[in-house]
Amino acid sequence: MSETLTKPLTAKDFTTDQDIRWCPGCGDYSVLKQVQSIMPELGREKEDIVFISGIGCSSRFPYYMNTYGMHSIHGRATAVASGLKISRPELSVWIITGDGDALSIGGNHLIHMIRRNFDVNVLLFNNEIYGLTKGQYSPTSPEGKVTKSTPIGSLDHPFNPLKLCLGADSTFIARTMDRDPKHQREVLLKGSQHVGTSMIEIYQNCNVFNDGAFEVYTDKGSKLQETLFLESGKPLIFGADREKAIALDGTIPRVVNLAEANEADLMIHDERNRFQAQLLVSFFDDPKTEGHLPRPFGVFYAEDRYRYEEAMEEQIAGATERMGKGNLDLLLSGSNVWTAE
Amino acid sequence: MIKEVEEKQEVTIVFAGDSGDGIQLTGTQFTNTNALYGNDISTFPNYPAEIRAPQGTLAGVSGFQLKFGSIEVATPGDDCDVLVAMNAAAFKVNIARLKKHGTIIINSDGFNARDLKLAGYQHSPLEDKSLNDFRTIQIDVTKMTRTALVDSGLGKKEMDRSRNMFVLGFLYYMYNRKLEGTIEFLKQKFAKKPALIEANVGVLKAGYHFGDTSEVFTSRYNVKAASLPAGSYRNIMGNQATALGLIAASQKSGLDLFYGSYPITPASDILHELAKHKNFGVRSFQAEDEIAAMCSVIGASFGGKLGITASSGPGIALKAEAIGLGIMLELPMVIVNVQRGGPSTGLPTKTEQADLLQAYYGRNGEAPMPIVSASTPSDCFNAAFEACRIALEHMTPVFLLSDGYIANGSEPWKFPTSADLPNITPKFVPEKKDDETYLPYKRDKNLVRDWALPGMKGYEHRVGGLEKEVDTGNVSYDPDNHEQMVKIRAEKIAKIADSIPLQIVNNGAEKGDVLLLSWGSTYGVVKTAVKECNLRGMTVGHIHLTYISPFPKNLGDLLKNYTHIIVPEINNGQLIKIIRDQFLVDAKGLNKIKGIPFSTKEIIEVIEQKFEVA
Ligand SMILES: Cc1ncc(C[n+]2csc(CCOP(=O)(O)OP(=O)(O)O)c2C)c(N)n1
Ligand code: SF4
Ligand SMILES: [Mg+2]
Repeated sequence: MSETLTKPLTAKDFTTDQDIRWCPGCGDYSVLKQVQSIMPELGREKEDIVFISGIGCSSRFPYYMNTYGMHSIHGRATAVASGLKISRPELSVWIITGDGDALSIGGNHLIHMIRRNFDVNVLLFNNEIYGLTKGQYSPTSPEGKVTKSTPIGSLDHPFNPLKLCLGADSTFIARTMDRDPKHQREVLLKGSQHVGTSMIEIYQNCNVFNDGAFEVYTDKGSKLQETLFLESGKPLIFGADREKAIALDGTIPRVVNLAEANEADLMIHDERNRFQAQLLVSFFDDPKTEGHLPRPFGVFYAEDRYRYEEAMEEQIAGATERMGKGNLDLLLSGSNVWTAE
Repeated sequence: MIKEVEEKQEVTIVFAGDSGDGIQLTGTQFTNTNALYGNDISTFPNYPAEIRAPQGTLAGVSGFQLKFGSIEVATPGDDCDVLVAMNAAAFKVNIARLKKHGTIIINSDGFNARDLKLAGYQHSPLEDKSLNDFRTIQIDVTKMTRTALVDSGLGKKEMDRSRNMFVLGFLYYMYNRKLEGTIEFLKQKFAKKPALIEANVGVLKAGYHFGDTSEVFTSRYNVKAASLPAGSYRNIMGNQATALGLIAASQKSGLDLFYGSYPITPASDILHELAKHKNFGVRSFQAEDEIAAMCSVIGASFGGKLGITASSGPGIALKAEAIGLGIMLELPMVIVNVQRGGPSTGLPTKTEQADLLQAYYGRNGEAPMPIVSASTPSDCFNAAFEACRIALEHMTPVFLLSDGYIANGSEPWKFPTSADLPNITPKFVPEKKDDETYLPYKRDKNLVRDWALPGMKGYEHRVGGLEKEVDTGNVSYDPDNHEQMVKIRAEKIAKIADSIPLQIVNNGAEKGDVLLLSWGSTYGVVKTAVKECNLRGMTVGHIHLTYISPFPKNLGDLLKNYTHIIVPEINNGQLIKIIRDQFLVDAKGLNKIKGIPFSTKEIIEVIEQKFEVA
């Protein structure tokens, strides 16, 4: 490879000739664009990148990426990717999944993949609805949600996806949104640089079946009030004029007025602090409730932990060193041989 | 005292006791030792589903049957010559299988009031007149063991754990066998606990010497080496042979093995065996469930490994959707089903052949796939190797069917050398020419597509479960294209018949009145029955299928050579449905659905009936 002069890759190199089938206005377009735009920055060749998805609107994604790809079955992209990663640790593997795909039918595989910490990037397209099957509530839909399958309101209490991931000992969790391409790009890049399972939740608008689900966080009028953009090493400041902050009252985070706050009480974001991460994932209030906390975006937590596939390679190398490279004839004969003449 | 040595051609022994009595270990040791003496052997472990079923009860009886001989041994035997009963329950469960004038070796300590009550006896059966037909040897094994260990410093409970070694030593004396193999085994097993090596070896020897010094035998027995075809042999269990076949296929194809699996009886031993061989590049992955196991195999195959999974019926059911994906992706992979009694959890530790139709039809849509089945413990090696060959050379998921009986059974195996085995050639894409566009679903004359792996430059492509356009593999909802693709996938599997051997008549008459058409683990017993019937002057043929999908090309013609076709199966009639469907023949089923294999007698009786009627 080093001999040939290859042109640097551009976002365009990652597009395919397939017609994109999402509804006009769907949040998925924006994610596709950002992902294509960061691809050249991975420093990897196209052939070394694999996109694996489950089933759902968002899971059509691999067809639009000019890399290797697999549109697998509902909920199982994580399991397929696990097998691929054990087999080919050197590949850059991206998992595309929806809230139903990852958290309902595929919930089991998701948590197990996270605890094994395969070096993969997961883009969880959360639109709080089942898009592809035309609008049933999902495991992230809020209580009481009226949908086709819940005409008088959903009885399910929803998952808090990042809290679930942290509960499974995730080594990287982050949240971003379709309507903020710049932030999305930053988070995607950070996720791609993390070695281990990067869980990136993306608030994605389904303008057909759940339009405006995240409007308070994306709409100009409310965004600054309702969102909290995390920056490691900096205090948690938000508000239209960045006038508000989060302070700790004992162990309870509260919204305070920055000007009046005691500086020592202010929460300072630390990506490496797993206790603080527990607090941050709990910033999950319904924005309609009085005195609610803002919704955080950015990297909540990052930690270095061994990767399953890497440990597997070490076991193989270790066993080979201890026992010698496998000899088929010795294996077939075993140690108790007799001869018939 | 010098005793006479009497020659025997074959002997069937049943070891029976409580599931905590170490019966399986005793049986396995006795098997391995006889194997080293060159006997032909067939074994049948039969144990309860519970790890520690209530002690002393009928439900808790664990049995290990083996037949060893100086002549060909193809089944573990119908009735036994010797029954070892460690307690009253074991006696009750097995006494009906003892031949007239057979020998019972009794642990008298297992027949106290409590044991009798648990076994449901009012009076001790040992005092029953019916025992006069047998030769009974009563030994207080518990007492003898404790006496042997009096200076060992072990507690009573620990001492009693060695009782099985006393019995084993006693039998080694009875059959004129040396103790070395088992002593070596004990040294390895208890390498970290020297006190236990000493105790077990001591008790083993005590049992042996007891045989020598006591007056129970007037003669000892000897079973000479069998005149097996010349070559090197070892003893092997079915699951172990499956694992070795998979590794051999990995080596001969040049692809590392990926094994994704979730534990389930009776398939787990394949995982245990493969996990030991990481130095062969084996990546064994215990997934969170069978769905994940199957999907991880798909990921591994996509990445270019030899992807394998194994389970039993309930787990195979969970894998079904993902197997369908494998069929759509046309990637190589092998799914092993070590069948057990079903439906649902069924009879986890008992054998059955009732998942054939599941393998044949058990997926949504038109989803045909090849099915290979193993006939005997050692044949699991060949079948596993062949399943991998078909998968890699024909780019398809393949089912390999085994069952609990052959998975846990063992026999001598004339193992091949690595040079004896054919190379397997995976269907990788050819070297890329710059001006060519790669069409992932373009096919060769066998309708097999080429395999391009991530990392190969210029071959970037997307696959998925949605219907594919012919050649390009792009998503297509075109009606004609779908029909064409369904037919192509079916024909691709049918064409595998060109690469498999023609069917032979495995045993007996090439033409005649009756044909026994069997598959899977019934091989040995059907063979034995057919031989016997031909000796008695009946003309009976035996065809045993290794390839069930597709069938060998000449099978239909062979079936025409017989008047009656009998299909014996350990199920309620499954192969027979496929045979009738494909060949429109009036085959009759011979079915047993008791979780245990056929006896030779049961098969002979049905053949005889055909001749009486005819
Ligand atoms: C085994 C199985 N069950 C059900 C379905 C139907 N199904 C397809 S996608 C989907 C839910 C999709 O929701 P989500 O994962 O949130 O993705 P979105 O469409 O919202 O992007 C369902 C129920 C299926 N394809 N496979
Ligand atoms: S249904 Fe919703 S999620 Fe699906 S493509 Fe349309 S807008 Fe997007
Ligand atoms: Mg959704």
